[in-house]
This record gives sequence, structure tokens and C-alpha cells, in this order.
Amino acid sequence: MERAYKVYAINNGTVIDHIPTPLALKVVEILGLGNEGIFTIGVGFLSKRLPGGKDILKIENRILLESETDTIALIAPDATINIIKDGSVSEKRIISIPKSIYGVMQCPNPNCATNKLGAHRHFKLEDKEDMTYRCQYCERVTEIIPGNLTAPE
Amino acid sequence: MSSFKDQDMISLRDMTIDDLWTIVTKAQEVKAGKHRGCLRDKTIASLFFEPSTRTRLSFESAVVKSGGSVFGFADPGSSSQKKGESFSDSIRTVTGYCDAMVIRHPVEGAARLASEVATVPVINAGDGANQHPTQTFLDLFTIHEEFGRLKDLKIGIMGDLKYGRTVHSLTHAMALFGAEMVFISPPSLKMPQTILSELTDKGISYRTANTPEDAADMNLDVLYVTRIQKERFGDPQEYKNVAHGYRIDKNTISVLGEQVRIMHPLPRVDEISEEVDKTPNAIYFTQAHNGVPTRQALLGLVTGGIS
Repeated sequence: MERAYKVYAINNGTVIDHIPTPLALKVVEILGLGNEGIFTIGVGFLSKRLPGGKDILKIENRILLESETDTIALIAPDATINIIKDGSVSEKRIISIPKSIYGVMQCPNPNCATNKLGAHRHFKLEDKEDMTYRCQYCERVTEIIPGNLTAPE
Repeated sequence: MSSFKDQDMISLRDMTIDDLWTIVTKAQEVKAGKHRGCLRDKTIASLFFEPSTRTRLSFESAVVKSGGSVFGFADPGSSSQKKGESFSDSIRTVTGYCDAMVIRHPVEGAARLASEVATVPVINAGDGANQHPTQTFLDLFTIHEEFGRLKDLKIGIMGDLKYGRTVHSLTHAMALFGAEMVFISPPSLKMPQTILSELTDKGISYRTANTPEDAADMNLDVLYVTRIQKERFGDPQEYKNVAHGYRIDKNTISVLGEQVRIMHPLPRVDEISEEVDKTPNAIYFTQAHNGVPTRQALLGLVTGGIS
């Protein structure tokens, strides 16, 4: 018998759909959700938009800030965000890649002050089309590499 | 920046063309004898977390010549970091002892971090392979002194263009002044594509060449030579072959034309023959000496002694 729901509906919170498989756990990591409340993840759903499959993340009782949902765009630029209140969609949020990234991206330059001297990670958008960012300490330009995205500092 | 007082000098990327003009103009005034005693009653910390000769000595000379006092250390072995103190704590402590601090550090971004922690202006005297802005200021001052202008110049930049922070900063600055540039390097040490793309985006005309002779048709105003570092080559014979082709002598000057001026951030090893030293084309020792008035001007500006 087919289940009624593959990922159960939530009454209040944030639903993130169209995350490319298998990056849902990475989204959990960069949002720092590891020790915070209830979230459910569905991995590997069929998707017309994402030929490699899509993941869904439902976070209960937490409305993500725009700064948080924009961070998701770094690895899932086509993700759709629905804010759920009292069981229905109260906001369909459009995300765009952030102008600044704080904390969640590690500089790939091993000799950067963020890796050697404890400076807080901070990048600024260099080129929107190429999705490149410039480290505000060592000034190197880097592309977004999911492996370099981590839990917030 | 509208005023330099209390400002940090970390990167060329923070600066406008007007800022560069202010520094060149004030350095010119200092060299002409104005602003004497502009650092009187000021104490400058000179924190060299890695060894340096020219930069450190010229900063210290600049402080003394302007009537200030200077303290600090010349190698990391004498700093309390050796005892395990964090870099940030060292800076938080020293900021209470001085009116401005000059920092050289092998880690890229160290000066930026220091500027966030310090309550006095921080001047970057070199952070790893990233920036060395005061070298660029003195280069611009020297070029202006020689040609009376910074616009519409033709500049060849030669040597290790891949790793050299000096040439990256100079390229950035000369692009602001719309210079025509040629980058001369062995294929393995070419200017990074990110910098070339930035030039293209700004509409700056440039070309690349394998030898200085390839740029003979440009009638270069300046040939800026940098050292090709032995440690960049795995094979010593390969280094020898490459280095040999990058040696400037009187013959190179006659090919490039008598108008060309030869610059070098020093130290040189053997990339410029000593026979060039006595020609009117050689301005690299004047360039090194210009580090003092340039740094006097800069310290005067950030501490408020020059406005």
C-alpha cells in the first residue's frame, strides 16, 4: 500500500523543496539545525526540474530568516521555500545568492587568516553570473564548493 | 576616503584614484622638505612577524626622520606569540602602546584582522602573497617623479607575475590610471587569469610577451623587473635556463629604447646587470630611497600630522 505522504506535512515552519539530491543534509549543516528542534528530510524524489532527483527538508516551528534562506541558494539556487503558518502556505519566498557570506564557507586558501589566525570567515560576492566570492581577508576569489560549506561559526 | 586620519592602509582594493593621488602628492611635499616633524610626539609600533630589510628599515627611518619614536620587533622569535599568545591578543595589547602600527606577517589577511582588533591605524607592510600597498605607493611616487604624470604611460612588468604580490598591486594601481601594459614572463609564471580578466572588464589594454625584446615596438616608459625565485622551479637547470633569458643589460636597454626607465622592488639577484646601475635608465635605487618620504607621508596622514 502506498503511503499517503512520503514526508509528512507540517503545521508551522519552513519547507524547502527542490534541493538537488543529495544536498539536503548539507543544507541542514549550513543552517546549523543539527541540535535545534524537529526537521524531516526526504531524499531522492523524482523531479522534472532536477534530473538527478530532489530532496525536501521540512523544519517544524521555525520560520527561517531571509538571510538564512539566501544562504541555501549557494548550493540549491533553484530551491523553493514555503513558509507554513496554521497548516497553510503564508509566504512563497524567492531566494537569491547572498551579497555577503558570514561563517558558513571555509576559505580554500590554507594560508588565509581565517584558517591560521582565527579571523571570522567573511566573503563578498565578486561575480553573480559566475557565482564567485572574494575572501575579505586573503582577498582570493573562489567558486562555491559544497564541500567548503560548513556549520555556521 | 575623505580624510586619512585614523584610517587603516590594508589593501589597494580599498583605495580610490584620489587616495593614491593624495599619497603621491604628500610624499612629493615631504621630499621637498615640507611637513617636517609631522610625527612629533607620536609612537609607532613596527611589528615584523617575518624578516624584512628594506621595508622595515625604511619605515623606521621614516618615523625617526619625522620626529617620532619607533619600537617593535624584527622577527617572530622575539614576539610573545612564541609563548602561545594569539595574534589578536598581541595586537590588542600593542594597540595601547602606540599611535599607529606597521605590520608584516606571513599569513594572508593578518593585517586586515589586526585592523579589526586595533584601535589605532594599521598599515600593512606585507601579508603573505596578498598585498604590500606601501610598495605600490612608493612605485607610483617614483613613476610620477620621473615622468611628471601617472596617466598615459606604457609599462612592461617582468618576472614572476604568478606569485608576486608587488606586481599584482602595481597592475591594479596602474589600471586605475589607464596605463597600457605588457606582461613579460616565462610561461610557467604568467599573470593569473583573474587579474587579466579584471583588466579586460575595466577596458584596460594589455598584452603578454615571453621576453622584454618582444615588447620593443611599444616604446615602453617603464620596465618593472622582479626577481624570478629559484624555489618556484623543481629543476635547477630549468631555473637557470629561464633566469638567463630574464637578465636586463645595456643591450636590452638599446633594444627597448633610451627612453625606458628600469624599476625593481629589490632585492635583485642577477636579473639586472650591474652595468645598468650607472645608466640614466636605472631608477631602482632612487625607487628604494623613495620608500622613506612615501612612508613619512603615509604615517603623517594616518596620525593626523599631515592633513
